Amino acid sequence: MRHLLSAADLDAGTANALLDTAERLKEALLGREVRKLPTLRGRTVVTMFYESSTRTRASFEIAGKWMSADVVNVSASGSAVSKGESLRDTALTLAAMGTDCVILRHPASGAAHRMSEWVGAHVVNAGDGMHEHPTQALLDAATLRERLGSLEGRRVTIVGDVLHSRVARSNVALLHTLGARVHLVAPPTLLPTGVTAWPVTIGHDLDAALPGSDAVMTLRVQEERMHGGFFPSAREYAIGYGLSEPRAARLPEHAVVLHPGPMLRGMEISAAVADSSRAAITSQVSNGVHVRMAVLYHLLASQEEES
Amino acid sequence: MSGDRPLLLRGILPYGEGEPTDLLVADGVIAELGPALDPTGAEVRDAGGLVALPGFVDLHTHLREPGREDAETIESGSAAAALGGYTAVFAMANTDPVTDTAPAAEHVRRRGREVGLVDVHPVGAVTVGLGGERLAELGSMARSAAEVRVFSDDGVCVHDPLVMRRALEYSTALGAVIAQHAEEPRLTGGAQAHEGEIAARLGLAGWPATAEESIVARDCLLAGAAGARLHVCHVSSAGTVDTLRWARGRGVAVSSEVTPHHLLLTDERLAGFDPVNKVNPPLRTGDDGTALRAALADGVIDCVATDHAPHAPQDKDCEWAAARPGMLGLQTALSVVVETMVRPGLLDWRGVARVMSERPAGVGSVEGQGRPVAAGEPATLVLVDPDATWTVQAARLASLSANTPFEGMTLPARVVTTLLRGRITAEDGAVRG
Repeated sequence: MRHLLSAADLDAGTANALLDTAERLKEALLGREVRKLPTLRGRTVVTMFYESSTRTRASFEIAGKWMSADVVNVSASGSAVSKGESLRDTALTLAAMGTDCVILRHPASGAAHRMSEWVGAHVVNAGDGMHEHPTQALLDAATLRERLGSLEGRRVTIVGDVLHSRVARSNVALLHTLGARVHLVAPPTLLPTGVTAWPVTIGHDLDAALPGSDAVMTLRVQEERMHGGFFPSAREYAIGYGLSEPRAARLPEHAVVLHPGPMLRGMEISAAVADSSRAAITSQVSNGVHVRMAVLYHLLASQEEES
Repeated sequence: MSGDRPLLLRGILPYGEGEPTDLLVADGVIAELGPALDPTGAEVRDAGGLVALPGFVDLHTHLREPGREDAETIESGSAAAALGGYTAVFAMANTDPVTDTAPAAEHVRRRGREVGLVDVHPVGAVTVGLGGERLAELGSMARSAAEVRVFSDDGVCVHDPLVMRRALEYSTALGAVIAQHAEEPRLTGGAQAHEGEIAARLGLAGWPATAEESIVARDCLLAGAAGARLHVCHVSSAGTVDTLRWARGRGVAVSSEVTPHHLLLTDERLAGFDPVNKVNPPLRTGDDGTALRAALADGVIDCVATDHAPHAPQDKDCEWAAARPGMLGLQTALSVVVETMVRPGLLDWRGVARVMSERPAGVGSVEGQGRPVAAGEPATLVLVDPDATWTVQAARLASLSANTPFEGMTLPARVVTTLLRGRITAEDGAVRG
């Protein structure tokens, strides 16, 4: 693996190897007082975030630091970017400093693909526009494996703003690769034209989908969408697509609730559901660190690096 | 060029038809056409097997001067045009400043004349500053030395139906045509790619075909009611073709053009996010391409126009959303038309002459272009080697920019010689100023 640009690029073998590594790293660190592995000592990892982020950025930084990499954070504000420097020039500057790995979050779909053509370093896509967020899909898969065992044949319902969601795109690709059956539920205005080509089933009735779901993933509805005419009101959205407590009760006993965060409690998901035992939201966050450690390991330290 | 030696071209095939014949150029016109002409006093060229066509006319060229001379100039764009077999180009108005006054139009026309490689006809803006609100001085531009006959806000759509109605009505007094960039802006906010399966997968905001089709339908109705001439720029969707066919059936005076890239390329090319494939309207599906080629063959679409749109490297070698839309086209147009239309049997060489020369000259109301290859007609010609192939290399194109989507492709047919009123403007890949 040279870069991680898209979950769609991962075959089942590679995806499972990453998830296995994440599991081993999690076990290795479990209960340790000093959570530090020497694996990436002397390697430099740069995070470049052109959008605000708390969890993803912190997660990558912690992942790098727990593996002893030198982690440098660059953000769009307070850097040359705010002086009008192009993404390419910023990338070339950082590459010239001997960066081994660039972790990029950018509002433009395809930004990580472009980056991989400009710099010699390994590139990890930490979210590009509406395109993909592959490490989110990996951490979701890790969490589902933990709760459900194999994903083969499992039914995963993804509900919410699929149109604008890179989380949805990465999850559809990876869950399909891992053998899960994905069902999308959203108002028609929040499904992309062309979604019919995806390896999913599509519906508009969340209540009908829940009893047959092994997991339900609620997507974030961004503030700006609420005023973009995609649906009439936040209230109507919550009524149709919010994961309320009575609605969650329709899920089978073993079913898992996931949310990529940050959550809009009360609209996408009720507080009671978010805090219930079936919610795996904090596991998602902790698995995020291990999955990102696994990604850095496979890119920077694994023997198969140059294959 | 009176005073120059006559030029005798041996063994050409007018329109690729019949037996090889000779063509004598003297005083800027085709003096004689026939077998075994007397070479006395003439400069003789072996043109054996070359197809002779009227010089190409491009209704849709962005020459970028004034304003973005780092991307293209009237000089470099004229060279690209001559090398591509063009003898006339229509320079779009979206320069900086915009071509929305008579002096601005006259400047472009004059620069074109000074360079002298191709007739440069300025397109006038429909509205002041392409702002879409107030009509530009169409009459002044039409009556100026630039003799503007095509008006367009290309790059943006004249989206306000009342402004478009007035423009169409007003243009009828000028013998002019309004060329519309059909794009309903309310449906394309932030659009990055054809709205469909590819854009859905890549997470690129969609540019729905309906944004084009709805404007074309509206404008056909307005043009019909006004008795005006409408030209639809860069038709990109199968639905637009249906709409044009319907409007023609109603007797609307609507003409249209298709670009080489929409004939050949599809949105499958977007997978790697290389902005060289970003263009407006966007590359669409294979089914759209099939409909466009069929429409060009049966005449529902009148012309091929390049939408030659040079961009500086920094405007293309960047992330997709930041890149400017547009592709080079002048030097590859013929080869793409041969690849997509002639080789599959959709057009013969007479058809190529129709879509690349005769019809565009008619739409643009230019005299002395798109004339028959016949004695007494202007020697404004292109000679094409139909059997040659060549591999596109941006670095070897005359344009100052390198944004060709055809890079590395091996394409059929090559322009050997271009003549403008008897004078050779390009020959064997080099311009002759």
